[in-house]
Amino acid sequence: MDLINDFRDKTHILNLSKLIKKASNKPLNIMEICGGHTHSIMKFGIDKLVGENIKFIHGPGCPVCVMPRHNIDEAIKLSSMPNTIFTTLADMLRVPGSFSTLQKQRAKGCDIRALYSPLDAINIALENPKKNVIFFAIGFETTTPMSAVVVEKALNLNLKNLFFHINHVTVPAPVMALLDDENVKIDAFLGPSHVSVIIGSKPYEKIAKTYKKPIAISGFEPLDMMDSILNLVNQFNENKFEVYNEYDRVVKPNGNEKALNLIKKYFKEVDFSWRGLGLIPKSGLDLKGEFDAINARKVFDCSVESKPENKACICGEILKGRKNPPDCKVFGKVCNPQNPLGSCMVSSEGACAAYYKYKRGS
Amino acid sequence: MEKILLSHGGGGEEMNALINDIIFKAFDNEILKSANDAALLRLNSTNLAFTTDSFVVTPLFFSGGDIGKIAICGTVNDLLMVGAKPLYLSCSFIIEEGFSIDEFKQILNSMSKTAKKAGVFIVCGDTKVVPKGKCDKIFINTSGVGEVIKEINTINLGSQQKAKILVSGDIARHGSVIMQARDELGFESELESDCKPLNEVVLEILKTITPLAMRDATRGGLSAVLNEWAKFCKVSIKVKEARIKISDEVMGICEILGFEPCDLANEGTFVLAVEEKDALKALEILQKFDKNANIIGETFKDDKNRVILETIYGVERFLEPPKGELLPRIC
Amino acid sequence: MCLSIPSKVVEIDENNFATVETLGVKRGVSLDLIGEPVKVGEYVLIHVGFAMEKIDTKAALESLEFYKKIAKEMNDGTISQDEGDMGLSKMNSNEKG
Repeated sequence: MDLINDFRDKTHILNLSKLIKKASNKPLNIMEICGGHTHSIMKFGIDKLVGENIKFIHGPGCPVCVMPRHNIDEAIKLSSMPNTIFTTLADMLRVPGSFSTLQKQRAKGCDIRALYSPLDAINIALENPKKNVIFFAIGFETTTPMSAVVVEKALNLNLKNLFFHINHVTVPAPVMALLDDENVKIDAFLGPSHVSVIIGSKPYEKIAKTYKKPIAISGFEPLDMMDSILNLVNQFNENKFEVYNEYDRVVKPNGNEKALNLIKKYFKEVDFSWRGLGLIPKSGLDLKGEFDAINARKVFDCSVESKPENKACICGEILKGRKNPPDCKVFGKVCNPQNPLGSCMVSSEGACAAYYKYKRGS
Repeated sequence: MEKILLSHGGGGEEMNALINDIIFKAFDNEILKSANDAALLRLNSTNLAFTTDSFVVTPLFFSGGDIGKIAICGTVNDLLMVGAKPLYLSCSFIIEEGFSIDEFKQILNSMSKTAKKAGVFIVCGDTKVVPKGKCDKIFINTSGVGEVIKEINTINLGSQQKAKILVSGDIARHGSVIMQARDELGFESELESDCKPLNEVVLEILKTITPLAMRDATRGGLSAVLNEWAKFCKVSIKVKEARIKISDEVMGICEILGFEPCDLANEGTFVLAVEEKDALKALEILQKFDKNANIIGETFKDDKNRVILETIYGVERFLEPPKGELLPRIC
Repeated sequence: MCLSIPSKVVEIDENNFATVETLGVKRGVSLDLIGEPVKVGEYVLIHVGFAMEKIDTKAALESLEFYKKIAKEMNDGTISQDEGDMGLSKMNSNEKG
């Protein structure tokens, strides 16, 4: 068995395409929460395999895109401190703060390193005992447990020079915040793949019942997505609102309990201000108070003054499914992947960036 | 104040902007702006091609090659791409204080072997040593001249109604090898760079047909070449994903790091545009040297001048030019 | 936060670190997030240097069998395009897995 190519099989995908087109007889707005799904939709052309009635709304599931300017301004301030090595995951380098990006700071001479794995932060701290190493942690539940492992290792090794700036966010909170807005136009959800590996399929059951929306937890391969979309079409036609776990080869009802326990051990819920969506209570995570000694926010001066978001940007509306990227006056003009203005353009996973890359001019 | 970023050197849109808006403005002339891999010059009655390239590679030694081999291949291949037979190369080194003489000898040896294979002589050069930290180990520049056999001028591609697009082998091997060789990733595979001089295959092509355009798909990969052609020659190009060969290991590295194989560099693989009537003949020659060569698509006229990729599922999307600095995708 | 790919475990060392392989590319990953024992030959899902979860190959096979069944029914004409709805009703939310 080939776990990658088998799930990209052309015959099966075209079969499901026929079945979806046949079943989909009225307009259906599906929000894919996760940036990885947005990417697969565009890369494999899945939006063109499901017929005219289905419209994809690209949700707030790109951790880079939802990062507010303020947090990036803090990152830039920290990275500019003397005797500092600033580390984060790669895509983050491009994201604009109020006045600069980490990429530009690096060109000015700041020691900023893009990591492949958060574990590398430990090695960098060990190899540079006289420098302060800061790990700027980002991401949804998928990467939160990795940060927790790094925190645990740093504590066990008694590392005095590794500090954490935690910017983790959770998925269920913004989904519910979106659904609480009565103007939102979402009929069904594609549930995230790897967030669900960690949190399991159970947390979605409450959302499906409360808001009466079908949810299919889907893998990233095109066949996974087609299977999930077909299920959502059927549920929608039959007025059902259940949680379908298509990705059951890795998603269990209770998720990865070891990872969840690690998250609970080191992090606490905090309010988080989402780029494009605004403040959502208890949607972010930070280190618990007992770890203040390694919390970069507590140890260093992070005070910054941030510029407000650009008024012309309609990212909030796009995330709610009310507008499309081409509806935005600045889309593809002053706002483009080289010079992103709004949250949806900053990462290649963002709705506007994905549109720009794969569909501009179509 | 605006600064140069790594992305300005990545072969993507940022680099194009740097070249078009700043460099071309400073050195404005028609030969420079012709957007060929090498300048086409006429001296008395001889047609010459002239090109230059600098090489900064980390790591210096990688699976399937080293900085010396690339320094020869890069310049030789650029001359071949305008239809010239490469003849003479210059070579200049900028070396960091403390660099190993053994490694330097190894690089020279590799340059000499590759030059022989490519049928060129290295006839002049220069060496500078800079204090530690002022450059990264060793930088090499090579320039080269060649005799034009058939002048290949990219702009000709625009005059055709329907040109066929071919690729000389599987793509993205060099870029993947370089990614893989970065220490922090800890990757291991059997993959080798495609780095090689293209003199044999290209000279045989030139004997048989006159291509409309040729370009070695180095930085920015296949998608950079196709997008530059579309923009410069005012044509649209449609290619079929299923016809572009990609090795398993390259797929693996791209899947792991979130790269598109079409965006990754090649150092011995080129893209060829030919008239429809010449396509099969060209394919036959290419396949003699590499069985992974294939006809991947064709040009057509519309007002959009875009590159379209037909995915394996038969639906179409745009193939955008790559972004400057290749950063692993995290989401 | 999604880039992740199935990989086969080819070696495990005493520090709970594994060598895994994807399409001929090998690399090292931490097994610190996996609660249950992992054996050489099993498949894991990798993200940013960590194995996130073991892959249940039985569940994967069941999914693939399910798609093969659809293909067979479509070929046989048991589900033709026109009668697609019949095939669909079998695919309610709980059947697979």
